[in-house]
Amino acid sequence: MIAVELVKMLRRPRTWVTLALLNALPTLVAVLLAVTDIGPQPGEGPAFLSAVLTDGTLFPLAALGIVLPLFMPVAVALYAGESVAGEAQAGTLRYVLVRPVGRTRLLVAKLISIMAFVLLAVAVVAAVAYVVGLVLLGEGTGNVTAISGSTLTPFQLVERTLMSIVYVALSMLGVAALALFLSTVSDSPLGAAFGALAFLIASTLLLTLDAAEALRPYLPTRYWLSFVDLFRDPILWRDILRGVLLQGVYVAVFLAAAWANFSTKDINS
Amino acid sequence: MIRTTGLTKRYGPVLAVDRLDLDVREGDVYGFLGANGSGKTTTVRMLLGLVLATSGDIELLGAPVPKAVATVLPSVGALVEGPAAYSHLSGRANLALFDAMGGGSGRRDRRRRVEEALEQVGLARAADRRVRGYSLGMRQRLGLAGALLRAPRLLVLDEPTNGLDPQGIREMRDLLLSLNAAGTTIFLSSHLLAEVEQLCTRVGVLDRGRMVVQDDLATLQGPTGRTVVRTSDGVAAHALLDGRVDSRDGDRLVVRVDDPAEVNALLVGAGLRVTELYAERRGLEQVVLDATGGSGDVIR
Repeated sequence: MIAVELVKMLRRPRTWVTLALLNALPTLVAVLLAVTDIGPQPGEGPAFLSAVLTDGTLFPLAALGIVLPLFMPVAVALYAGESVAGEAQAGTLRYVLVRPVGRTRLLVAKLISIMAFVLLAVAVVAAVAYVVGLVLLGEGTGNVTAISGSTLTPFQLVERTLMSIVYVALSMLGVAALALFLSTVSDSPLGAAFGALAFLIASTLLLTLDAAEALRPYLPTRYWLSFVDLFRDPILWRDILRGVLLQGVYVAVFLAAAWANFSTKDINS
Repeated sequence: MIRTTGLTKRYGPVLAVDRLDLDVREGDVYGFLGANGSGKTTTVRMLLGLVLATSGDIELLGAPVPKAVATVLPSVGALVEGPAAYSHLSGRANLALFDAMGGGSGRRDRRRRVEEALEQVGLARAADRRVRGYSLGMRQRLGLAGALLRAPRLLVLDEPTNGLDPQGIREMRDLLLSLNAAGTTIFLSSHLLAEVEQLCTRVGVLDRGRMVVQDDLATLQGPTGRTVVRTSDGVAAHALLDGRVDSRDGDRLVVRVDDPAEVNALLVGAGLRVTELYAERRGLEQVVLDATGGSGDVIR
């Protein structure tokens, strides 16, 4: 069933349109930077954006920083929200279940396909950004100055870029699990996606609110941009570990809820 | 093949299915009749484990549902409330995808199974077109092909001729009859009396969630004890059979005599010519109307 779900994902035109759209904004930013040569001041704007003017190979990180706060979660919420509700709406859910595919199995396969989608999206964004950065912004000197001042070797840079790709992918799992849960509740794919997005918007809003200080460590978006810490020397693990742990808790809670709801649900769609 | 005891489904205050005792035997073509909203689809969904019963037991191929669906459903093909497919894929790709689901079907024979199913439902020529462009009839055929993929022992079909043209309905009927002849038990839910009358050997009638009749079609359509006769002179025949004529419509009489030969002898003996003569049998429509209390809005 997992293979079937992956095939379904890869054969959907929507998957590829989403990926193309995800890459549009970072590419536009790269073009603007290349044409105008005006970068944000160091320490302002999205992470790494000021550094890419001197080294185009850093652009994947800048691109991840650009798509992470909004574009990526929207894409993930839409994809995950569609997973069960979309099948319910199209009527294929009942035919999948009478094949028979066990309900728990179906949920697991859906979750894995969502994870694969997230990884694919992050990897494609990083890869496209690498090419775009190299072509439009040019190669740097080879060594990169870490945020804390010391120098990173090219090997360290690649290693840490890969780690940040994984971290960004993990950061999306909380939204994915919530959207999947809502997708088992509602028969409307958009309803499920918007529900998950509303939760994220609330989280982002509460983060800026000092009165919500006590809630902050539990908000799903709190540690999203912590992948920047991977480029400190030495790596600042604290927030990264907390981020991963927090996503893990969200995934566990929402998956359990999705399973509890879906495994005994009357399929009337 | 299918046996339910006291099967009940309640949606809040609404009793959708009420203490249903269904009995479908091996080799049957079972017609499950009922008006729209009488609980047919809910029953079908419960049989397939999609909807969980409020109370009562279901046995499918001898195993309990929903507990044993994983082992039973591979031998069951189903069409539930209209076909559905992934519209951006071709008919063939859809069948291959569905065939790969749920295990129990090897990859090696997939191609052959898909081609055979397409051939059976007469969809081979349109198999490479995207489902998005299919007509309702083609989708219906594709849905049936999906149900036939694993050469099931039992077919559960909910309104299978919906959306088909007369030619398509005929092909569907022939296909189902040949499958039945080859040993497939067929459970067919419908609100079309004619369809059931032409196809089925056993009939169950559902009315507002309750089973009101369940019997062999031949028994249900048994003789009424009356004879229908058409003669050259209706008035004279009426006079001759006086007291035993239920109704006369021109030269056509309905007589309360269960032996046509007796009527024939009587009329011919009196010099009247008989042009048509048969023992009256109950039509399925009459059976259903009688069973559901005859209210006109029950069978639509």
